Amino acid sequence: MAKVFVFCEFSGDNLKKGSLELLTAVKKAGQDLVTGALGPGSDQLQKVLGFYGSSTHYCNTSEDLGNYNSETYCHLVTQMIKESGASVVLSSSSLLGRDLFPRVAARLDTGVISDCTELNLDGENIQVRRPLYSGKCSAAVEFKNSPFPIVLMRPNQLPVETPTESSDRAPELRPLEKSETPLRTLIKEVVQGTSEKLDLTEANIIVSGGRGMGGPENFKVLEELAAALGATVGASRAVVDAGWVPHNMQVGQTGKTVAPTLYIACGISGAIQHLAGMSGSKVIVAINKDPEAPIFQKATYGVVGDVFEVVPKLTEEFKKILA
Amino acid sequence: MRLFVCIKQVPDTETKIKLTSDNSGIEESGIKWVMNPYDEFAVEEALKLKESQGQGQVIVVSVGPKARVVDSLRTALAMGADEAIVIDAPGPLDSHLAAQAMAAAIRKEGPFDMIFTGRQAIDGNASATGQILAELLEIPHATVVSKFNYMGESCVVEREVEGGSKEVIELKGPAVITANKGLNSPRYASLPGIMKAKKKPLKELDLESLGLNSEQIKTFFKEFKMPPEKPPVLMISGEAAQQAQELAQRLSEEAKVF
Repeated sequence: MAKVFVFCEFSGDNLKKGSLELLTAVKKAGQDLVTGALGPGSDQLQKVLGFYGSSTHYCNTSEDLGNYNSETYCHLVTQMIKESGASVVLSSSSLLGRDLFPRVAARLDTGVISDCTELNLDGENIQVRRPLYSGKCSAAVEFKNSPFPIVLMRPNQLPVETPTESSDRAPELRPLEKSETPLRTLIKEVVQGTSEKLDLTEANIIVSGGRGMGGPENFKVLEELAAALGATVGASRAVVDAGWVPHNMQVGQTGKTVAPTLYIACGISGAIQHLAGMSGSKVIVAINKDPEAPIFQKATYGVVGDVFEVVPKLTEEFKKILA
Repeated sequence: MRLFVCIKQVPDTETKIKLTSDNSGIEESGIKWVMNPYDEFAVEEALKLKESQGQGQVIVVSVGPKARVVDSLRTALAMGADEAIVIDAPGPLDSHLAAQAMAAAIRKEGPFDMIFTGRQAIDGNASATGQILAELLEIPHATVVSKFNYMGESCVVEREVEGGSKEVIELKGPAVITANKGLNSPRYASLPGIMKAKKKPLKELDLESLGLNSEQIKTFFKEFKMPPEKPPVLMISGEAAQQAQELAQRLSEEAKVF
């Protein structure tokens, strides 16, 4: 393929892991790379982008792009892709990516596929595969009538090559103009979540609690385990419906689909709706006092025991190992 | 007030998925089909909006093989929707063609005030059709919406963004709203509702009558595979302290997750 465009998400000076995975994949495949990013600081990423071989970086540093707006982002990203002449577009299948790129694809009259878990950039044509029916099967994707396929990859699926300081190749910077058309989409307010943690869909480690936690006050035990691991806390539908924790913590059908490296299910029996959202996790640990709980059939490691005894001890063990 | 709701019929979560012998797709016989759960929130929100305005029509639209898709449309009619449109499409579909078909059908029906759909369908989880539909109809969209307030000339919605943060957005004019769980509690179809639904209008269209055909899809799924067999679970026994120690050690040395 001639040229790959990677849309980069970042916070502060750091590119998000999902974006780094894509940049690494393009570098490894030895394909031509062009990049784009939006918001204040989007012109400060060259050193890193140079390491991965980006030749041109499109950006707009407007203050108001600090918060995602589907209308302005769609306008600018469409412009980036057109100007870049890319033959493939890659982005992370994040909440932002999933909101934005279907609209971008429609405007450019090309195909888009989200939530991909396998990516091959080595050949003439991009090859991707994604899970279907909540991971009960998967399929390869063929693009038709698509001048440049748009592929959204699930985070935590690909390795990251960490940039070294030695790179002095920086991409050429191409600032883009915003449209003057009055907006029909206005961001009124952004209410910051209580947690500074990564979103469940991007987290590399998730500690999740179910009805076996007994009550909302006991999620503290999971918070402590998560803190020791740098993990994000999730929950089953039962405890969300009971009002113990907010809906944004729900893993499973009508919640979030996650695929971390490590998923620790505490006091979760493993209803099919929950398994639908987490069975793509690489390593699954189940801690439950009921040895018959269906979660054990999906688990890599199983512990039959009381979560209130096992979890605090586990927190101590991890603190020792990771110290 | 004319409100449209786009719904999709999907296999029930409990359904076992089997592949066809040539791995070109899934075996459809024996599947229990239901309305996509997120679309139930969309139907409910349209019904609530109509009720709060004291007037209006709720029109549900779906695209797919007519013979089965009408069942989900009947469910929406039984919940309280006024009319249904089925766009028969027995061949392959993707988010793009589905959105094109529904956009064409909605345009054909005349003016509209708001369009609701689910944030994603639980079969493909693409979360794309709503945004594509909005682009084709040249109106704004908001996805993953958990609160919706209609203000007449505009609407104000709350949607989830990353890390548990929430965003409040105002959308001017008609818009596509994709519903998240938490937006409302969908009503059940009552028995009188089911009886009434049988007499409600159900319009039948097909792709060809909208100037479309299944050759226009942009993405196509092939070479289906079942997930690799997981090795059996390794149970860790002993006292809590021993279990914790062995588990931490195995995660670090055997599974190398850190």
